[in-house]
Amino acid sequence: MFDKRLYQNFDWGIAATVAALCLVGMATVYSAVMAMTPAPQGALFVRQAIWFCIGLTLMSICCLFDYKALDKWANVIYVACVALLVLVFFGGKVVGGAKRWLDLGPISIQPSEIMKIAIIIIIARYYSKHADTGGVTMRKLMVPIALTLVPFILILKQPDLGTALLVCIIVGSMTIFVKIEKRAFVFLTIFFLVSIPIVSFFLKGYQKQRILTFLNPELDPLNAGYHIIQSKIAIGSGMISGKGFLRGTQSALSFLPEQHTDFIFSVWAEEWGFIGSMGILALFLTLILLGLNVAYRCRDSFGSLLATGITIMIFWQVFINIGMVMGLMPVVGVPLPFVSYGGSSVLTMMISVGILLNISMRRFVFD
Amino acid sequence: MVFMFVILSFRVYYLQVIERDEFSRLSRNNCIRLQSIEPPRGLIFDRQGRLLVENRPAFDLSVILKDAKPLDETIEKLSGYTSIPADEIKSKIEKKKRGMGYKPILLRHDIGRDTLAAVEVHKFDLPGVALSIKPRRHYIQKSAAHLIGYLSEISAKELKKPEWRGYRGGDYIGKFGVEKAFETVLTGKRGGRQVEVNATGQVVRVLKTVEAQPGHNLYLTIDHNLQKKAEELLKNLAGAVVAMDPDSGEILAMASSPSFDQNSFVSGMSYKQWKKLSSNPDRPMRNKVIQGEYPPASTYKIITAMAGLEEGLVDERTRINCPGHYEYGDRTFRCWKASGHGRVNLEDALGVSCDVFFYHLGQKIGVEKLSWYARACGLGVFTGVNLGHEAEGLTPTGTWKKRKTGVPWRGGETLSVAIGQGYNLATPIQLLVMISAVANRGIRYQPIIVKEIRDAGGHVLKKSVPLTTGRLPASPKTLSLIRKALWNVVNKSNGTAWSIRIPNVQMSGKTGTAQLVSRKLNEDAMKKKPDHLKAHALFVAYSPQENPKIAVSVIVEHGEHGAASAGTISRDLIKVYMDERRGGE
Repeated sequence: MFDKRLYQNFDWGIAATVAALCLVGMATVYSAVMAMTPAPQGALFVRQAIWFCIGLTLMSICCLFDYKALDKWANVIYVACVALLVLVFFGGKVVGGAKRWLDLGPISIQPSEIMKIAIIIIIARYYSKHADTGGVTMRKLMVPIALTLVPFILILKQPDLGTALLVCIIVGSMTIFVKIEKRAFVFLTIFFLVSIPIVSFFLKGYQKQRILTFLNPELDPLNAGYHIIQSKIAIGSGMISGKGFLRGTQSALSFLPEQHTDFIFSVWAEEWGFIGSMGILALFLTLILLGLNVAYRCRDSFGSLLATGITIMIFWQVFINIGMVMGLMPVVGVPLPFVSYGGSSVLTMMISVGILLNISMRRFVFD
Repeated sequence: MVFMFVILSFRVYYLQVIERDEFSRLSRNNCIRLQSIEPPRGLIFDRQGRLLVENRPAFDLSVILKDAKPLDETIEKLSGYTSIPADEIKSKIEKKKRGMGYKPILLRHDIGRDTLAAVEVHKFDLPGVALSIKPRRHYIQKSAAHLIGYLSEISAKELKKPEWRGYRGGDYIGKFGVEKAFETVLTGKRGGRQVEVNATGQVVRVLKTVEAQPGHNLYLTIDHNLQKKAEELLKNLAGAVVAMDPDSGEILAMASSPSFDQNSFVSGMSYKQWKKLSSNPDRPMRNKVIQGEYPPASTYKIITAMAGLEEGLVDERTRINCPGHYEYGDRTFRCWKASGHGRVNLEDALGVSCDVFFYHLGQKIGVEKLSWYARACGLGVFTGVNLGHEAEGLTPTGTWKKRKTGVPWRGGETLSVAIGQGYNLATPIQLLVMISAVANRGIRYQPIIVKEIRDAGGHVLKKSVPLTTGRLPASPKTLSLIRKALWNVVNKSNGTAWSIRIPNVQMSGKTGTAQLVSRKLNEDAMKKKPDHLKAHALFVAYSPQENPKIAVSVIVEHGEHGAASAGTISRDLIKVYMDERRGGE
């Protein structure tokens, strides 16, 4: 049953890049959690290591079956993920004012993370069946919009604006990738532009203020703005060669908020400097180019779209996260793939890479 | 995508290569601090715009551990300059130092002028020692303590509750009265600034500032002169005085005695002071106007009379003979006048407060009907005054007693209820709502305490409007008869308040004497009764008779007879108010 070609076509490049990113992640999480005050949180590092092991297993499992099975199971996976989100809505664990987690005994998971893969799969399935040469028409756009809106609203209610917008951005990018009819594109753009002033007309003053602060944290130098300036100091003070592993001072003094999750890049950049930052950017760029290569070489349109979607997701998360910690992007809670602390994020990324490898392995296999 | 990576790379280059020295310097000093700017709390004025509560600047002394180096030497010096014992400073630091490296630890708040000067002069000699200016609440008039309430430091328990989200330890919050009920209006929004400090913690540069938003100002409905008069009249007595405009429900004065010093709550009081305040048997911490529950006594006869007339059980001509007592079953119920009032009609009975007449009437009406009328008059229901902790009072019924005590209602108890004794309980503000409705011919208003809310710039944000909560269950004819009788109480030679009338003050009212022990005691024992068993004196009144402008409700605990103590207070208060109105016109 096991085809020799599968082994031959295994994409070692992707595997090596991901392995390198995981190592960077482990090292940085270690540095970040050991620097925590008042006490180092070594236990968090151990947890993260366990998550990576589970992730590796899931990644291997994702390579074993033919990815075309995902095409058949797309609807089931999507409905299951939406059901999980509904479950969170009613019985989720509240942490820090947001209801994002499902408590499963010793661990808790964040269904909104897994939702990202589910939506990529179902959108890939839809476009692979309905995309014409002329591009997606307005009427055909309605299904993806509906499919996106359901998880978008559920995730927005948690509230997790970052992940909710990410879902939209992923679907949007995939739509543009499969080509969209000019008319539909114009319609979407106008719809979006018109809805902004209308919505803002109905918002109350303080609500507007909140949204403006969200879009531009500099308006609120006490909370988000303070985090950004501390993050910029951490990154900038790394200079060219960095302060050295475990020698970061900003992180050591807990100036950085969420230093092991969303602001992990600052910790890395402070300790490894410009060279390290460019290194990590190069790794991510390599991964994304390899991902696009998989999509390009895949003969089957579902597989190609799936690979594209996954690559797009990784790209946006990297761009938004790193942009955010450097003060280019609004402060939204988007983790850095493979590097940020967090079980659900690690698992989602490992599964995604598993699917990517799967597509690349089976590019010559036809039923 | 590659293009976007190029953007990221440029940004990394900018931060880590071009701006590296600047960020490096900022990082070395760890010198970006957050300072909060406290919003000034809204001011409180009376209805004429006279300032009652303001904020004065107060200076808090604190220390930032990471800047205060060497620490011991700094503490020694600070102690030397300010005469705060070094041990006290050390123990304060010890208690709070965990995780506070760059956050100021409060050493003492509201330091005096001398300490302030000493610290300011030697500030370069005291690294890490910081002064912060904070507005502190100041109750300048020292009046209306129960109405206005006070501020106090937020407790650890409150900080954990969701309704206090956004507040921090050390914040002052309204804990009583208007300060509490209007907390969200009065408190502003905290601002803050990012500052760069040098190695000794002195601010060298302000990076960004968000101004604090001041709280809104409150214009109360009370009249400061009238309020002062009310408090003066209650001096050395225990009791409550409350007055309102019968045409709008606006409270004109609200005093409860004994009172307390609001400023002592802001500056913090010693355990001994607090103990003394909280264990005082006259309960100074209670707003007796809304929390004190008393038997309404003879003021309740207004309700009994109303019920009798409306139910058609008596009319203005019905006469009942009062021999001074009334036999019911095997018990004898006495009239307050042992010799009796003779044959009286309803108007006379209310004027002379004949108990026997109302025993007869009450028995005919029955307790269930009485209770219904009492509630319709506002007794036994919350008035809705926006102050919190309001007491509900009690209008007893047969089912209530059965549920509460397990014993069925006895007929004799109805007689006690009919004259406002027995299980009946009412707060002074409930009696005020009732008398005020009689004054304005039938409308029950919700008492209002805030006339206007204005922002710091003086723009009116909200103006109070009269809120009707119901109508008295009485026809115009019934009300006219009752109003005539209430006029007689003060203005007819046999009225129970005839002795307190003075020229130029037109007043109608009703006396009440709330018995705390049975009247069966013999005369000698009555005379020697200890103070705490003496009856409470009540008086409800309005003025003038036509188109009344003010209604008052007064209770003097253990004041014995309604007219003498409570009546005099009502009269004097009304006089001040009417004189002021006349002067103003």
